[in-house]
This record gives sequence, C-alpha cells and structure tokens, in this order.
Amino acid sequence: MFVISSRFLRIWHRNFAVYRKTWKVSFMPPLLEPLLYLAAFGLGMSALVGEVSWRNQSASYIVFIAPALLSVNMMYNSFFETTYGSFVRMYYQKTFDAMLATPLFLEEIITGEIIWGATKSVIASSIMLSIISLFGLIRYPEGLLLVPLSFLAGIAFASIGMYFTAVVRNIDLFNLPIFLFITPMFLFGGTFFPLDTLPGWAQALAWFLPLTHLVEITRAIAIGPLDVFALWNLLYLALFSAIFFPLALKKMRVRLIK
Amino acid sequence: MKDIGQSTMMEPVIQADALRKAFGAFTAVDGISFSVRRGECFGILGPNGAGKTSTIRMIYGFSPLSGGSLHVLGQDVTNRKQLRRVKYRIGVCQQDNNLDPELSILQNLEVFASYFDVPRPEATARALELLKFIALENRRDTPIPELSGGLMRRVVLARALINEPDLLILDEPTTGLDPQSRHQIWERLEGLRARGISILLTTHYMEEASRLCDRLIIMDHGKILVEGRPQDLIREHAGRDIIEVSEPGEELRTFLRERNLRYDDLGHRLLIYCDERDQLYREVSGRYCRDGCTLRTATLEDVFLKLTGRELRE
Ligand SMILES: Nc1ncnc2c1ncn2[C@@H]1O[C@H](COP(=O)(O)OP(=O)(O)OP(=O)(O)O)[C@@H](O)[C@H]1O
Ligand SMILES: [Mg+2]
Repeated sequence: MFVISSRFLRIWHRNFAVYRKTWKVSFMPPLLEPLLYLAAFGLGMSALVGEVSWRNQSASYIVFIAPALLSVNMMYNSFFETTYGSFVRMYYQKTFDAMLATPLFLEEIITGEIIWGATKSVIASSIMLSIISLFGLIRYPEGLLLVPLSFLAGIAFASIGMYFTAVVRNIDLFNLPIFLFITPMFLFGGTFFPLDTLPGWAQALAWFLPLTHLVEITRAIAIGPLDVFALWNLLYLALFSAIFFPLALKKMRVRLIK
Repeated sequence: MKDIGQSTMMEPVIQADALRKAFGAFTAVDGISFSVRRGECFGILGPNGAGKTSTIRMIYGFSPLSGGSLHVLGQDVTNRKQLRRVKYRIGVCQQDNNLDPELSILQNLEVFASYFDVPRPEATARALELLKFIALENRRDTPIPELSGGLMRRVVLARALINEPDLLILDEPTTGLDPQSRHQIWERLEGLRARGISILLTTHYMEEASRLCDRLIIMDHGKILVEGRPQDLIREHAGRDIIEVSEPGEELRTFLRERNLRYDDLGHRLLIYCDERDQLYREVSGRYCRDGCTLRTATLEDVFLKLTGRELRE
C-alpha cells in the first residue's frame, strides 16, 4: 500500500478552475432538473397520491419525495462526474498522462477526481437544498447535516463511477451501469413510493442498493425521526466507499500504467 | 537553470543498465545500457516501434521496469520515494500534445506549475516568462483548441520547463511541424542547452539529431545498434562522402566489387560510400554514369538507413 499525500488537492483545484470557467452553465442542471421533478411529481402527483405514510407518520407526497430527489441529485452529480467527466479527461484529453509526468502519482490523480466528484455532489445538493428549503420542505437545524452527508454520499457514488471508468472500453458503454444500476436505484430506491408497498423479495433487493440507504438518511434528517437507523444506513454507504475506492485505484492502475 | 551541485557534477543524469520493458510476451526494450552526461543533449533514434517512447516512459516514471536498473539524476526510479524526487526535477514533453483543452495557455502553465508545488504568484511569473521565451506572450488567453500544431508544440515545451528542470525529456518535439516552427524549437533547445540543462530527445529527423545531439544511440527492435557522436557515426558507417548513381549498369557493379568498395544497391539507385571523393567520383561519373550521378556529403540519414534497413515498419 502507499500513502496518498495531500497532492490530490492539486487535481481538485484543476477541476475547480475549469468548473469556475463554466459555472453559470454548470449551475443550471442541478438547479433546474430536480425542480422540474419536484414540480411534476410533487404538484402533479400530489393530487393523486395525497398523504404518504413513512415510518408510521404521514407526510404530504411532496414532503416525502423532496429528500429523495435531493439524494438522487447527490448520486447523479458525483457518479456522472467520475464516469463521463473523468473518462473524457482520461481518454480523450489525455490529462492524466500529462499529470503523470509531474510529481503526481496515479493514486493522487484518481483520489483528486473522486473527491472532486464528491464536491460536485455537495455543490449540486446545496443549490437544490437552498431552493427547496424556501418551500419549507426541510426541517432545521437538522437539515444542515445534509451538506456533509452529500459529501460522504458523493464519495461512495464517485468511487463507484470511477470503477466503471477504469473498466469500460469506450464511453458508450456507460449506458450499461446506468441502465442496470443507476436507473433501477432511481426508480426503486424508496424514492417515489415507500419501500413497504413493494413485495417482500423486492424490498430485500432494494436494501442492497446504496441509494435506498441514502434516501433513508436524507428523509430521517429532513422529516425525522433521526435515530440509530441512520447510522446503519451511513455505515452501508461507507462500505461502498471502502470497497469501490480502493477497487477504482487498482483498476485504474491496471488500465493506465503500462 | 538551477545550480548544479558540486557533488553531483560528475554523476550521469541518466544511467540505464540492461534496461528492459516487456508488454506480455512482447519485448519492446531489450536490455539496453547507456548513460547521459550532465549538460549534454542525448538522442534516441530509431524507426517506428523501435522502443524509444517505451524507454522514455520508464525514465520519467510512467512505466515500471521489466528488468535492469535505471538511475535518473542519481536516484533509483524503481523506488517510489526517489522517483518522486526525480519527477520534481525533470520536464517532460510527451509524444502527444496533451495540453489541457479546457484551460487557456496561461492557465495550462499555471496549473502545471501547481503540480510541482510552485506557489501561485511565482507560477504566474514563470508562466509569463516562458510565454515570452516561446514568443506567445500575446496569446496567453487563447483557448488550446484554437492553436495550430506548431503553437501547441511550443506550449508543450514551455509547460515542460515550468519547474525549471535539470533534465528535459523530449519525445519527438518537432514531429508534424513546418520548417519555421522546427527551427524555432531548435533555437530554443540550443538556448536551453547553453544554460546547462541536460536534454534527452527522440526524433525521426536526422538533421535535427545532427544539429542538436552531442551523442546519440540508434535503436531497433528494442536494442541499441550504435552509440556515438553524430560526426563519428557518419565517418565510421557512411564514410565522408557518397556518390549516388541513378539507373546503375552492371559494369559499375562489377567495378565496385573488383575495387572492394562499400556500396548499397537499391536497384534503381546505387550509393557508394567513399573517403577519397574526387578521384573516385571522376572515375565513376566519367565511365559508368548513364542517367545521373551526384556527389554529396554523407549524413546521419545514410547511417540510419544503412543500419536499420529500408523496409517499412509495422
Ligand atoms: N501499452 C503497450 N502494450 C503493448 N505493446 C506496446 C505498448 N506500448 C508500446 N507497445 C509496443 O512496443 C513497441 C515499441 O513502442 P514505442 O512506442 O516504444 O516505439 P517508438 O520507438 O516510440 O515508436 P514511434 O517512433 O512510432 O513513436 C511497439 O511495437 C509498440 O507496439
Ligand atoms: Mg514514440
């Protein structure tokens, strides 16, 4: 094993410098997309659905899905950064090759990319959080915990994304993990309906998905009650980071070091 | 650019011993040994696929060695800690133009400087200085995708100098450039060498190697064929002059064989390597030239083709 020095921050800075150049454009999708969902499902569906019961309390549908959409936002922004974003830098722009001719080592570059992916999650969810808070959909002060949470969740999903970046042959193949992994989570991770409306086997499956746990914590923070369950959910997310972070480093090494 | 420490004055900047690089069953670099002295410009020549880039990649720590040993600036590159030290003190111009297309010229240099821990104000100062050096000070905010190949190559060179390296490694610095850009780069490189920077360079241009390199090796199939100073190699392997004869006749071939002269027979053309030029030239052109016959000075290209053959690679 090797020690990863704080040099990974240089990569983070490079990505931040690029982000700043286009921030006005980059700001828009995380701002607007969840709002569109919120409008469609929250306003449109609310009329059909009415109240939803979650952990023996009843909440309006919009209160129920707002935290879930926040979680999805965290997942998308980190996962897409280390898949499409990192892949373009690695494969098309050869940015990593150039970096490898400097004092940086591959582990620092990949760590920097993953931390940057997590940062994208923080940026996007903070934007969204401030908007939906205006509608009174998040309780405070607990709601502030969502910011560090978005970072931790970002690390998990960015690591998973980076793993796929290390193993896919070409950029079109990202469709596969998106279709088989990301989209099912988006739909069945306890996002749009409570898990207990699913048959038992489907519930069991859903509990394997990291997003399910993220949605669970986010809801516990935003609606309550915030209890020991959230700790288990957090641990499960951390497990994904603990597996996929080193795995991504290892696979990247196989891919790039020749 | 930096002071050369007294203690390390005599030690070679690169010392490769039985260096090997294998990709699976294929051996790209097959046990080569060479050393580059401080302050010299050292060339690696060879046809496509000879193993030049593979060698260079081991030197700057991109590729792990498959065998042998390699010391750069006195450090063992197989040791991660020592390799990091090496990485701080070398500048690399890779074969591809991998500038950061999302950043401007100036930002490319500044961001690269940060990878070497150069503090920001210092980085900007150095970057502006280097832009002057490559005569692009008026284009500092130009986005990379708008640059021509020649300009990009110049920026890559500037980027390789941002850490004020002791050793500059250049993989085909002028491939694809027009003669103007090429001469520009040559002048810059000569300027750097005059400042005492050691340079390792690969090239497919023999003129470039003759002009810039103090010493060079010619590689093929992962092995070193010859090593020496360009002029010595030319004298040794091609003689002083060459008589080129178009559409040579059988009588000429017989004549050359009888006189035991060194020549290459390319079918429609014949190259005669000679040292006592005038006499032989008069004889050949007077008696055997039917179609055309020229006398010229031997070049490194003659040596290269003679040693590596004339068939296409890969
Ligand atoms: N990652 C790799 N995997 C397998 N083979 C490789 C790899 N990199 C290089 N090779 C092979 O090793 C040999 C030497 O390649 P190298 O790039 O060192 O040649 P080169 O002398 O730089 O050639 P050129 O003049 O074309 O740049 C080639 O046959 C090449 O196909
Ligand atoms: Mg090469």
